Amino acid sequence: MTEVSREQVEHVADLARLTFTEEEMKTFAKHMGEIITYAERLNELNTEDVEPTTHVMGVRNVLREDDARPSLDREDVLKNAPASKDGQIEVPSVLD
Amino acid sequence: MSFMDETIASLHTKIKNKDVKVSELTENTYQKIRDVDDSVQAFLTLDEERAMEKARALDEQVDQGSEQPLFGIPAGIKDNILTAGLKTTCASQLLDNFEPVQDATVMERLNEQNIVTVGKLNMDEFAMGSSNENSGYYSTKNPWATDRVPGGSSGGSAAAVAAGEVPFALGSDTGGSIRQPASFCGVVGLKPTYGRVSRFGLVAFASSLDQIGPLTRTVEDNAYVLQEIAGHDPHDSTSVDVDVPDYLSALEGNINGMRIAVPKEFMEEGVEAGVKEQIQSAIRTLESLGASCEEVSLPNANYAVAAYYLLASSEASANLARFDGIRYGVRKGDGDLMDVYKKSRSEGFGDEVKRRIMLGTFALSSGYYDAYYKKAQKVRTLIREDFNHVLHSYDVILGPTAPTTAFKIGEQKDDPLTMYLNDVLTIPVNLSGNPSVSVPCGFSNGLPVGMQLIGKPFEERILYRVAHAYEQETGHYKEKPLL
Repeated sequence: MTEVSREQVEHVADLARLTFTEEEMKTFAKHMGEIITYAERLNELNTEDVEPTTHVMGVRNVLREDDARPSLDREDVLKNAPASKDGQIEVPSVLD
Repeated sequence: MSFMDETIASLHTKIKNKDVKVSELTENTYQKIRDVDDSVQAFLTLDEERAMEKARALDEQVDQGSEQPLFGIPAGIKDNILTAGLKTTCASQLLDNFEPVQDATVMERLNEQNIVTVGKLNMDEFAMGSSNENSGYYSTKNPWATDRVPGGSSGGSAAAVAAGEVPFALGSDTGGSIRQPASFCGVVGLKPTYGRVSRFGLVAFASSLDQIGPLTRTVEDNAYVLQEIAGHDPHDSTSVDVDVPDYLSALEGNINGMRIAVPKEFMEEGVEAGVKEQIQSAIRTLESLGASCEEVSLPNANYAVAAYYLLASSEASANLARFDGIRYGVRKGDGDLMDVYKKSRSEGFGDEVKRRIMLGTFALSSGYYDAYYKKAQKVRTLIREDFNHVLHSYDVILGPTAPTTAFKIGEQKDDPLTMYLNDVLTIPVNLSGNPSVSVPCGFSNGLPVGMQLIGKPFEERILYRVAHAYEQETGHYKEKPLL
């Protein structure tokens, strides 16, 4: 059984921009440990000479001409922004 | 008029011959929704005013539109498919106020065919779940037994069709999310070949696995819808530029000489006895129609769930990073930027979504990428090779869609790993990218059982051919839930 520690959960939560209560942290550590343990059964398979699959149909490097095309209307897009000002999305200050 | 006794083709004839107006049909749909949706709770949002307006406009265009098979046909759309001007929440509180400014490609195509969108359908939040219990709003109920789940994540789509609220619905399938609810609710659900249908405007869960597909009462109805949504889209670079064949002409009724493979891994101990019985009886029916069925092996199938949870969660953790309370959705927190990110996400997402983001972030984090994500991608190759190998000698692969029938609401909620095993028979097909359909194949203790057919890439025609022949022989689609 692979153990996931409370500290690991806290670190991953920070990377994922999530916060949890102490109680939730414990539950997540338990569930993640169980799922990771289950996932580790993949190690029973020898995949040394196997190529990883990215696109199942083998499609790769899809390119198009770099042409300017109409984009969404600014007013329309801003309708969904939680806060906007002067035609832009408003956010808390990024730099002190 | 009841959709239970109609097909898309019969509705089309009635519209074309002016036996029914599109506006009457639409009114009828909303009446039916008012009658049954209190107990089924399939819909999240109704769009009655705009739908009626469109229907009345279509009343005036019947003569021009009569060549379009979906002209005036009402539809429900899973709430992770963008509909311009109609709220699209992915059943998440985080997107409670989100109104897309553009249509998904599938909606553009269906609107060109003049369908009438009646509303948006409930689902597990961001399509993560197998029971609809992870909806951020409420749980949809199974029309066959309202104390049971409809399956998921497209549970609202399957339940709405099964309850006769709409003739067809769109769903999305990442690990079984069209087929498993189709199985639980006794309807036909197709996951097309990966790349067959554009994902542009489908809110991404796991980009290398997601596909949009139709849920309908009959195989023929399903073919009508796929015909219009299939095809290459320059806006989706993962969609594949392969010609769209005529799906309707595949429904010829003859499956004489068809070679069918039954993987022994799909009939193992996890599969309920009642489900196994129905599948074995379906095999006998197909044999009586001239098909031959043989046992085969997909040796790596048992590793699919493990590979899937690493891949899907990893991709989800990246895809869901965009939901941070900045450009759209509900913003929480009033401190600095980090406070807004963390509060918007922590308060907006439900537990299962957070669990998968956490798992994915962990699997992709420094030092773990090769051991988890890359390993899972390699196992994915082995699973694809298994399918290719079998389908080299056989026309289709057959098995149950899900190991059980619909379970009781609340029964599996607190045990994520058990819940994940609901998709043990559907997940391998998302990993391999093959097309797959679930077709009703009888009942076990009064609950629908689904048979899954899997074909070669881009050979949805063969799936429809076999499914249609079986359906016409058995007539299971004529059974109706008592609501």
